[in-house]
Amino acid sequence: MNIHEYQAKDLLRAEGVPIPPGEVATTPEQAEAIAKKMGGMVVVKAQVHAGGRGKAGGVKLARTPAEAREVASRILGMQIKGLTVHKVLVTAAADIATEAYVGIILDRATKKPVFMVSPAGGIDIEEVAATTPEKILKLPIDTRYGLQPYQASELGFFLFDDVKKVRAASKIMMALYQAFMKNGASLAEINPLVVTPAGDVVALDAKMVIDDNELDRHPELEALRDETAEAPSEVDARNSHLTFIKLDGNVGCVVNGAGLAMATMDLVKFYGGEPANFLDIGGSSNPEKVVNALRIITEDPSVKVILFNIFGGITRTDDVANGIVTATKANPLKIPIVIRLTGTNEEIAMKILKENGFSASSDMDDAVKKAVDLATKGGKAA
Amino acid sequence: MSIFIDKSTTVIVQGITGRDGGFHTKQMIEYGTKIVGGVTPGKGGQKFDDKVPVFNTVHEAVKQTNANTSVIYVPPMYAADAMMEAADAGIKFIVCITEGVPVLDMTRVYPFVKEKGARLLGPNCPGLITPGESKVGIIPGRICTPGNIGVVSRSGTLTYEVVYQLTRAGMGQSTCVGIGGDPINGTNFIDCLAAFEADPKTKAVAMMGEIGGTDEQEAAEFVRKHMKKPVVGFIAGQTAPPGRRMGHAGAIISGSAGTAAEKIEAFQKAGMGVAKRPMDFVQLLKDRM
Repeated sequence: MNIHEYQAKDLLRAEGVPIPPGEVATTPEQAEAIAKKMGGMVVVKAQVHAGGRGKAGGVKLARTPAEAREVASRILGMQIKGLTVHKVLVTAAADIATEAYVGIILDRATKKPVFMVSPAGGIDIEEVAATTPEKILKLPIDTRYGLQPYQASELGFFLFDDVKKVRAASKIMMALYQAFMKNGASLAEINPLVVTPAGDVVALDAKMVIDDNELDRHPELEALRDETAEAPSEVDARNSHLTFIKLDGNVGCVVNGAGLAMATMDLVKFYGGEPANFLDIGGSSNPEKVVNALRIITEDPSVKVILFNIFGGITRTDDVANGIVTATKANPLKIPIVIRLTGTNEEIAMKILKENGFSASSDMDDAVKKAVDLATKGGKAA
Repeated sequence: MSIFIDKSTTVIVQGITGRDGGFHTKQMIEYGTKIVGGVTPGKGGQKFDDKVPVFNTVHEAVKQTNANTSVIYVPPMYAADAMMEAADAGIKFIVCITEGVPVLDMTRVYPFVKEKGARLLGPNCPGLITPGESKVGIIPGRICTPGNIGVVSRSGTLTYEVVYQLTRAGMGQSTCVGIGGDPINGTNFIDCLAAFEADPKTKAVAMMGEIGGTDEQEAAEFVRKHMKKPVVGFIAGQTAPPGRRMGHAGAIISGSAGTAAEKIEAFQKAGMGVAKRPMDFVQLLKDRM
């Protein structure tokens, strides 16, 4: 789960990372009031789940409260990488002498959280890693022992020479690690970590990603989810316990299992079609899940055909068949449906479908070809 | 022969009295797996299905039954503890079916299990099956048939799809292993490929990967350097958008890394067969055997 910069900053502040004060505004008037309260220069920053906000014009300096109001009015409602800006962070501006990068990512290769720090901050760290890897120090942490003070110090010395700044940076590393572990993060990043002309070390921007699997034991973090930043169909799907990702095509896919769902989308593309979504109804299917899946998919006006691909293992195909019958009785389909079912209770499922006027195939390749055919023809007719 | 499990494997079930654990225990027994006990804290002394003894702890279960393998069906928040308990009790092969285990938990579990000298499969995996001998996990037994194709995959139902097609084409399997869809798992592709290469019964390997991480790229390099047996690979997620978690926690393209294209290229460079569709495995394997 992505969270906004202002939320990540709150989590980091709670562990003691020095961050200039700031507040969130949803209107230009609020932005003006916050700027007045801060006094002095402020930065108005778009709060969206996208990188490159600065380049897109979503981060602006304002010298006066009136200017803060003016830039906020331009940023609010702006589109950044397809996302609408609903909130801005108004934060006290800091003078910058130097910029560094500090981050922790959960690394698959070492199977540990890995600290990455670089004195070349403020820019894309992937670019630094690709062009000047010697400017990055990577340090894997054994979570059974946690970040040790000597490691925090080593990270600090990689960034600075001056002992006072090293100590300040080491403290920030410890606090960042605390925030990472306490909140079940998969990424926590301070970019840039700046040194002010007065010699203070402060975090000017922060990003955190929370591991979705942690949300059950951190209900307070679930409250940080911003549903306005997601496609409404994806919010609906999550509340129905379905894994759904909206795409741009016209073949609506309902599949059990993530791997088979991806393979089904790929096969749609292989036969010249475009998948409208990724949708995994999961393992232990009940008819209700199928009903919800059909509702979500048919709400998308670009979908021209619905493709079911179910390989019954734990999933009982008769449950899926019953779901299809129930859903279509309540809301008759306006578009064609292609059903592929095989595995557990296949005979019962086929019988249920036949009795209710549906035909089904047991072959994945045939079903996908047929669905792509219908989508293409449907597209032409429209 | 086979890899990891055979008819002599003795298994305990952690979470045997739960809904999923109970259901799949019955399925495993029906298939012929030697289920020698179960563990549910607080239910020690009971019998599951009137025949399988239930214990309070894995230590007790191991002491009473001499089990060498454990399969875990406990809820995600208890899975890390269950894996560590099994390793601490001397279990040498731990299969964790549970989906949704926090990744940070795995950063503690992985080194712990390793230091105890145990092999972990999963979490978030369907387990494995040696057709005609034993199954540990949830792979449906009736789609498999004994034979000489080794199957290894990050997915569940996609594995079933490919195994089903192999079986229909008369191509049986030595062992089918699901390594799971999480970013940190106990057993990776290379572990399975090395085991298949060493297994006299296995003549060729079908491997199903997906987007995210570099496990497939490293596996391709292993195939090129260390394998004489033919390997055919498939990558799911060619149409997946970057930055989105495609169901599996590990199936995500981060930045420009972990794409299907880079994995397929690694397969080609290693001289592996590349299945464009799940149904292409049968012919590609036949061509190479």
